[in-house]
Amino acid sequence: MLSPDERREIDAELANYEFREAAGIEALKVVQRHRGWVTDEALADLEPVLGLSAAELDAVATFYDKIYRKPVGRHVIFVCSSISCWVMGYENVRDYLLDRLGILLGQTTADNRFTVLPTACLGACDLAPVMLVDDDLHCNLTPPEVDAILARYE
Amino acid sequence: METPLTKNIRPGELPLDLAGYEKAGGYQGLRKALALSPTEVQEAVKQANLRGRGGAGFPTGVKWSVVPMGDGAPRPKYLIANVDEMEPGTFKDRYLVEGNPHQLLEGMIIAAYAIQAEISYVFLRWAYKLAYQRLEKAIGEAYAAGYLGQNILGSGFHLRMHLHTSAGRYICGEESALLNSLEGKRATPRSRPPFPQVSGLWGKPTIVNNTETLCNVPHILANGAEWYKGLSKTNDGGTKLYGVSGKVKRPGLWELPMGTTIREIFEDHAGGMREGLTCRGLIPGGASTDFLLPDQFDVQMDFDTVQKAGSRLGTGTIVVLDDQTCPVGFVLNLQQFFALESCGWCTPCREGLPWVAKLLSALEQGSGSEGDIAILKEQTSGLWLGKTFCALAPGAMEPLQSALKFFGDDFTRHVREQRCPWRS
Ligand SMILES: Cc1cc2nc3c(=O)[nH]c(=O)nc-3n(C[C@H](O)[C@H](O)[C@H](O)COP(=O)(O)O)c2cc1C
Ligand code: SF4
Ligand code: FES
Repeated sequence: MLSPDERREIDAELANYEFREAAGIEALKVVQRHRGWVTDEALADLEPVLGLSAAELDAVATFYDKIYRKPVGRHVIFVCSSISCWVMGYENVRDYLLDRLGILLGQTTADNRFTVLPTACLGACDLAPVMLVDDDLHCNLTPPEVDAILARYE
Repeated sequence: METPLTKNIRPGELPLDLAGYEKAGGYQGLRKALALSPTEVQEAVKQANLRGRGGAGFPTGVKWSVVPMGDGAPRPKYLIANVDEMEPGTFKDRYLVEGNPHQLLEGMIIAAYAIQAEISYVFLRWAYKLAYQRLEKAIGEAYAAGYLGQNILGSGFHLRMHLHTSAGRYICGEESALLNSLEGKRATPRSRPPFPQVSGLWGKPTIVNNTETLCNVPHILANGAEWYKGLSKTNDGGTKLYGVSGKVKRPGLWELPMGTTIREIFEDHAGGMREGLTCRGLIPGGASTDFLLPDQFDVQMDFDTVQKAGSRLGTGTIVVLDDQTCPVGFVLNLQQFFALESCGWCTPCREGLPWVAKLLSALEQGSGSEGDIAILKEQTSGLWLGKTFCALAPGAMEPLQSALKFFGDDFTRHVREQRCPWRS
């Protein structure tokens, strides 16, 4: 069942569109914000609000890479893997980061603290290499910098 | 030299709030626009020769003039700001919205007035978190001051504005896929015709414009078409945000007259290559543009001249290839991006791009053959315009075809030596 907070936030989104199906992506983001990821139960909870079946919602959810249909850690790290970051040697920074966390790209640490995912260009190419941790953009990355950044997220 | 788009942006500081923006001359363009008829506003933008900054360079005023007008026009009409900016190597729209959100809003309100739209959306990229906060605040201020909502500044014109954030995927920036995404669907492109100007969001007339395009509009209205054309060194009006990334001395972004040469951008502003490195080429306008070579640096960066030189102005943000970086690896990175971001709607792109990426990966790792290079060449025509449903795949082929042409020896060296010569 949707929580009162989820319901309120989804209602606010519904007001922005002529048709309620259009709020589907925003609704998926609302439940993801509250539950960490989009569970099968969440899809079922959204059916009556949006007038879409869980299967239809899943078709939308699986198209977009920022909607998670699998659990993620408390913090999600997006490492930019696009061209300017590649030229500036992002691969070293990425490998160092994964090594420190003891995981592979796409995985979550055993303590559930971090998930590391690749992402396309973050629009900060002049400050490459860059990564996004939750809502924070970190630029001009070096291995020592990565250590300092990780320490800031519990 | 005038820099209308960026003169009120102070990097590292908060953007101007509404009062500050008004004090700096903000919303004067809107006041002038509201004193004109909608078609007069369209005409002013046509006269200024503003060409779309989203990559294709379509004349903005002409685009607007296709929208059905008058009492018989379908309603509601929509105006959408494309702030999806996902073209690798591009970082100009983020700078504009973070640095001066009201400038975008003013451009949107004027554009909406010109086509008589009553609903507008900012389609914002998910990753632009700071931009979200700043736009949300600016939209609230604009409503409170009567620049949005009912009867704007007593003109009888009404406009609502909503902020929508994406959920990822490069294809959302393609305007017809963006419309499907806004409708809550998978972001696959639509066939054209009908064009969005006539049948767009929910089948209603819709204009989608790039962020930088819309940010130019208030200045055209405030200062006139002649002034605007005078900012440029060529026929395309205005200034342009140019960027450089890669191993140059000073990567960055600069607002310069439209038609500034690559040499001036690369040498005077970006400071040329870092010590010990030589430039081998560059892509002038994002991942989906053809390479240009150092002997083409006198090319003026405007739409027609870059096209004549064999590439496209695209987004105007340059990525530089240096001699210590493997050209095959460079193109491989681009193709991996495109393969991942293919929306999967049409077969040539869905199947072809991963094939291209796989062949390049094999070449780069030293297990490729001459035959692989021949297949790559075939793909550049097999995935060309007209053979795929949208421009994503042809865009992917641009840097590949020019790399095969200009850096052919580097490709064959990978085959001959069965290794990447840039890896020790
Ligand atoms: C694959 C693809 C991705 C695109 N991404 C963007 C984008 O992120 N931002 C943008 O403004 N235009 C993008 N475009 C261009 C848009 O389709 C459209 O032409 C543009 O937003 C129109 O604005 P303009 O006329 O102001 O240039 C993209 C086009 C394609 C084919
Ligand atoms: S060319 Fe690629 S991105 Fe465009 S419609 Fe076809 S599959 Fe989708
Ligand atoms: S390529 Fe990494 S931020 Fe643009």
